Amino acid sequence: MNTGALIDWIDARVGLGPLAELAHKKEVPLHRHTIWYYFGGMTLFLFVVQVTTGALLLLYYRPGAESAFESIQFIMTDVQFGWLIRSIHSWSANLMIAALFVHMFSAFFTKAYRSPRELTWVSGALLLFIVLGFGFSGYLLPWNRLAFFATKVGTDIAGTVPLAGGFLLRFLRGGEDVTGATLTRFFGFHVAILPGITTVLLVVHVFLVQKHGMSTPEGIDRTRLRTMRFVPNFLLRDLIGWVLAVGVLAALAAIFPWELGEKADAFASAPAGIRPEWYFLFMFQTLKFIPAKILGVDGEVIGILAFALGGLLWVIVPFIDRIPGTRTSRVFTAAGIVVVLYIIGMTIYGYVG
Amino acid sequence: MADSENSDHKLGQTADNPNGRRRFLDFLLATSAGATLVAIFYPIFRFMSPPKTVEAAQNSVSAGKMSELPVNSGKIFKFGNKPGILVRTQSGDLRAFSAVCTHLECIVQYSSEKKQIWCACHNGQYNLNGQNIGGPPPRPLEEYVVNTHGDDIIVSKA
Repeated sequence: MNTGALIDWIDARVGLGPLAELAHKKEVPLHRHTIWYYFGGMTLFLFVVQVTTGALLLLYYRPGAESAFESIQFIMTDVQFGWLIRSIHSWSANLMIAALFVHMFSAFFTKAYRSPRELTWVSGALLLFIVLGFGFSGYLLPWNRLAFFATKVGTDIAGTVPLAGGFLLRFLRGGEDVTGATLTRFFGFHVAILPGITTVLLVVHVFLVQKHGMSTPEGIDRTRLRTMRFVPNFLLRDLIGWVLAVGVLAALAAIFPWELGEKADAFASAPAGIRPEWYFLFMFQTLKFIPAKILGVDGEVIGILAFALGGLLWVIVPFIDRIPGTRTSRVFTAAGIVVVLYIIGMTIYGYVG
Repeated sequence: MADSENSDHKLGQTADNPNGRRRFLDFLLATSAGATLVAIFYPIFRFMSPPKTVEAAQNSVSAGKMSELPVNSGKIFKFGNKPGILVRTQSGDLRAFSAVCTHLECIVQYSSEKKQIWCACHNGQYNLNGQNIGGPPPRPLEEYVVNTHGDDIIVSKA
């Protein structure tokens, strides 16, 4: 059977026509902000890298306080290309979060979240939180000292939430303390629960992008807009980016293989200079600055509530900033710039301060 | 779109070798894509094949104590990371074999009733010299040397 006949055979049973038409019709607007359209696809590609390398790591990883660290040691030293697969998983996680941030802020500043794309934004914002959850849960899995303390601190922060704190802390830790039970739990979050939720959100997000098409920013003359076919023109450009990303990942993994550190020890003191991954650093640094008591309330609690409120506002932005060109709308843009500067500033301060 | 394709076509043509340039570019594209895929999938393939664990360099092991092994009985002991079987026959002799059935690698046991080594999985039978005498096993069990040192039973590879 030749290829044409095979395609006809599948077409007769599946109906490829609508799919082909969809691919054929999909167009990408061309204007001075087109570059930002590539970052969604880049995030998705790096996510695929995460799923692939993550599935491979599962072949050798053994969760448990007595085996996790040793199994990663085994992956890094004995398994062929184990260092490569693990380092790519770690590096790709970081690049994925970076790509996600660029994608998100570009959608924010081009106001791509406006009607009818509110739910695209909301699903994307929820994906951001899920991805941060991936980062936090995955960080513990090697069961090294840094991870142990990062988890202690992170779950402790969850514990300061008024009313629900105690429950949250025990729910996250699987007990009162960070132990092997926490590791098992985080492993479950990382490889089963979060991937499940991600799949649903990602399907919704990509479907909505497909349904509404790419958003054209304000101030672009839509009547004289040129477009590019998604298949193959835009997709091939995407592909170049992905090939470059593979090269960058391989280079990073080879030149800076991800360290394993020392095994977690519940009876050792926290190492000096301990800090979380860069994407949590701005919050970590902020909490350092907040005074112990504000108006009689623990400063930490205020800080955490402020971040929670900020996160909530971020999710519902499309429902408050609705009308283009108004003064309110410009306030949102300005607020976005302040947020970006704050995050960048605090992150740099966290590294050098 | 159609126009640009036509002009591309003309550009790629030379008098003696139509489409030569395009075919050369296709070749470059295909080989680089192929090399990229190999560079991605080769490590994945190698990663998936588990590394050889170092064979336990153990040549002899303390398999148990005389006082704990009555006549006409047997026990499984650890020989490195493999199971061995130690048998004390009716006449009091000590025998030791690999406990891995030569059929499908189940772990054998001593049957005091039949005075045989028996594999429960597929009813394989071995005599007390380790010879396969019934059922599906194709080969005898590997035999070990048994020595006693006071009460200790020491099993070593022949």
